[in-house]
Amino acid sequence: MSADLHDLGFLEAADALARKQVSSEELTTALLDRSERLEPALNSLTWFSRDAALAGARAADAARAGGDARPLLGVPIAIKDLLNVKGQPCTAGSNILKGYTAPYDATVIARLRAAGCVFVSRTNTDEFAMGGSTETSAYGPTRNPWDTARVPGGSSGGSAAAVAARLAPAALASDTGGSIRQPAAFCGVTGFKPTYGRVSRYGCTAFASSLDQVGPIARSVEDAAAVYQVIAGLDPHDSTTSSRPVGDCLPEVRGAKDLKGLKLGLPKEYFVEGLDPEVEKLTRAAVEQCRALGAEIVDVELPHSKYGIACYYILAPAEASANLARYDGVRYGFRAESEDLLEMYEKTRAGGFGAEVKRRVILGTYVLSSGFHDAYYLRAQKVRTLIRGDFEKAFSRCDAILGPVTPTPAFRVGEKTADPVQMYLGDIFTVNVNLAGICGLSVPCGFSPDGLPAGLHVVGPAFREELALRIGAAYQHATEWHRKKPADPKGGRP
Amino acid sequence: MSDYIPSIGLEVHVQLKTRTKMFCACPAHEEGEPNTTVCPVCIGLPGALPVMNREAIRKTVKVGLMIGSRISLRSMFDRKNYFYPDMPKNYQITQQAAPLCIGGAVEIEAGGQRKTIRVNHIHQEEDAAKITHMETTSEIDFNRASTPLMELVTEPDMSSPDEAIAFLTALKEMLIYAGISDCNLELGHMRCDVNSSVRPSGTDKLGVKCEIKNMNTFKGIHRALEYELERQAETLRKGGTLVQETRRWDDEAGITLPMRSKEYAHDYRYFPEPDLPPVVLDAATVEAWRAELPELPAVRRARFVKDYGLPEYDAGVLTADKAISEYFEAAAKKSKNFKAVSNWVMGELLRALGEKGQGIADAKISPEALAALVALVDARTINMPAAKDVFQVLFENGGDPAAIVKEKGLAQVSDAGAIDGFAEQAIAANEKVAAEYRGGKEAALMFLVGQVMKLSRGKANPQLAADALRRKLGK
Repeated sequence: MSADLHDLGFLEAADALARKQVSSEELTTALLDRSERLEPALNSLTWFSRDAALAGARAADAARAGGDARPLLGVPIAIKDLLNVKGQPCTAGSNILKGYTAPYDATVIARLRAAGCVFVSRTNTDEFAMGGSTETSAYGPTRNPWDTARVPGGSSGGSAAAVAARLAPAALASDTGGSIRQPAAFCGVTGFKPTYGRVSRYGCTAFASSLDQVGPIARSVEDAAAVYQVIAGLDPHDSTTSSRPVGDCLPEVRGAKDLKGLKLGLPKEYFVEGLDPEVEKLTRAAVEQCRALGAEIVDVELPHSKYGIACYYILAPAEASANLARYDGVRYGFRAESEDLLEMYEKTRAGGFGAEVKRRVILGTYVLSSGFHDAYYLRAQKVRTLIRGDFEKAFSRCDAILGPVTPTPAFRVGEKTADPVQMYLGDIFTVNVNLAGICGLSVPCGFSPDGLPAGLHVVGPAFREELALRIGAAYQHATEWHRKKPADPKGGRP
Repeated sequence: MSDYIPSIGLEVHVQLKTRTKMFCACPAHEEGEPNTTVCPVCIGLPGALPVMNREAIRKTVKVGLMIGSRISLRSMFDRKNYFYPDMPKNYQITQQAAPLCIGGAVEIEAGGQRKTIRVNHIHQEEDAAKITHMETTSEIDFNRASTPLMELVTEPDMSSPDEAIAFLTALKEMLIYAGISDCNLELGHMRCDVNSSVRPSGTDKLGVKCEIKNMNTFKGIHRALEYELERQAETLRKGGTLVQETRRWDDEAGITLPMRSKEYAHDYRYFPEPDLPPVVLDAATVEAWRAELPELPAVRRARFVKDYGLPEYDAGVLTADKAISEYFEAAAKKSKNFKAVSNWVMGELLRALGEKGQGIADAKISPEALAALVALVDARTINMPAAKDVFQVLFENGGDPAAIVKEKGLAQVSDAGAIDGFAEQAIAANEKVAAEYRGGKEAALMFLVGQVMKLSRGKANPQLAADALRRKLGK
């Protein structure tokens, strides 16, 4: 094999391993070497251990030597630092979980482990996935590989940056309001948020339980589909997972060469003021590409879209305020020295959580409080129902919906940290997909004049993952955007 | 207290007898080393998710069916938020907006009066961990965390401490009957928040409510209520006012004390538990569960009176314990003398069990053997003292009463010749007593009967012995 092992995509790596052109140890070593070299410039990883990764790689190589032919045996993957891997730290990007070692595997991890994957590194995240820039991480901001002065997006900025910078062929991430798709768009990679209930959340440190969903970030739709297939499906540990069988969508994704016979909806609400003209241009060009591939483009309406952000920033913090209550210093994680119980709670949480997490816990506590509950939480639930209804109506007129993933390309590090509302508005095109519980795919669709990537959003109906993936794959079959790679960032080790 | 009328309502928490915990596969009700039956779910580790225990739902629904609740075919779990170290997630998964069972009632009897106590609802929830406060530290045992719990909330329909205890006793009996819970109060299977108020007699509006938290003995509840109701009435008599508050019972001092508002004034910020889908039941399942219900104690009591002709008292004693009532019925079915069977069960059997500290399950004497023993007495094969000896053997070793009678030679001597012989011997040896009898002292005969029994080593039929003596003494 060439020296550029790190350039192998997820399925390319699987193929090379199967043909014994490379060993998992060689591949993993190449990624670890590259991580060591580039991390000073990127800060996309919170933890990696040569020993742990190579032990996994060697075990995979030994299994292959013994005749084990699992298709993903020995393929490395990076894991968002929100997903529990037994024996590894799991901090959720928070000081409150520094030093915490996960005693169990998340279901998605157990499934990747059973498939033979090697966990190569843990990726940076906004603290408890709360953020759109990976700047709220206790480990400091991750840098966008296309321009290290810019953010990679968030909360799965570490996963997107690591995949874009070739530190891993794919990564697991999570998406509560756009946390897979937005960083994928910012970093020029492919990110997929499956339908709520399609992938188990067991072992995924919770942010907002009714919105969180685990999914892949990779460098092609095909690679994302391959990871998705392994992790998807009913899990007895997660009562919100669906019992619908997960079919093998890889043949369909691989065979997707056109979009004939498909009606794709274009919501006028997604092309409004605030959408960066360059992003709009790239999105419209991508839509035209889809038309050229045979799709019929139809106008659809999502009239309640504009309420999505407000609705989301009530419901997600409300759930988070309860989900994060367990970090109290009693059983694990950071504990502040104190005189009594109340002081311990206060000091532990004041010292352990960062500003954005505190903001949302306070917001969530407020909207659930007696006297405010009906005006905020209950009303937001009603709005959520309307937003879900919008999509149901739209999907009666089209097979899937196209649009931009983000209103702008990646912004500068520090640009929005002082103004949380501006930061929240960045989720405008993605949150509604979470509120509706449907699936969404982000595929690279070009670059701004500054050389920053943009993403095309393919939104599919609930449990129609194979359709969204097929559309994305057909688009990638006709375009080269997803093959572009950033130059190695300056500031790395020589 | 006649100037003030008490109203009492109870919130009864009952640990359900399930194999596993409410939301994980850890064994429930383990009394092992602290923090050994725990997992990521029940200690609230990051990423862990609850999975509903369907057996707990079945048990709670059965309680609802027993008391005539409306069973919600769709109920929901909610999160109840508050910080305390015994609550691993710092929220409790419970049901607030849509509980599993709505309404219902329990019939009680107190002070010779029958009364219906209405139930507001029963909901499903999880227990907290057990916390032990040491001198400078506190220790938490999460083995108990997430044990399935049902909470039954009554209307304020009880008007005396006796009625409250009668309600709890009736409920406990029912729960044990149906295998819902062992209701072992010492082990904390049943705990109670007690709400009470008083209002001037002749008025309708309920007075200001005080809640006494976390009571776990019936005796304590009775004492606490007696104290609390008098405290409230006395406050009003003196022209004082009551505030709605939460109090705790100091058992040693025998008083209730207000808790600091910090300890109870929570805004629980309930909201639907997003990790659990609604509990959806279909009517057929509920009916199948109804079919599993046992005969309830009150029904069984009435039936024992009707079917076996037992006095109310006997029926009450026998049905107070489901296993005892079943034992009685098994024996009665093999017997013709129900009252005698009842006497043996209530008398010798319960006494012997009590002495040994055993339950009926440990008894070696089978119901069939007890019925056979009764038959031997009725057939005058053995007399009562011999029967008690046989019972003791049966109780300790089991076996067949007829065989024991034979082996021990305990069969009554009803042979006239033999009894005549004993009578003659008794008279010869006690001339003086015989003379007294002849002289008209009737009681002297009993002494001589006793002598015959002694000579026969207890086997003589006492009736025949008396007849023989009278004959010999010329009367």
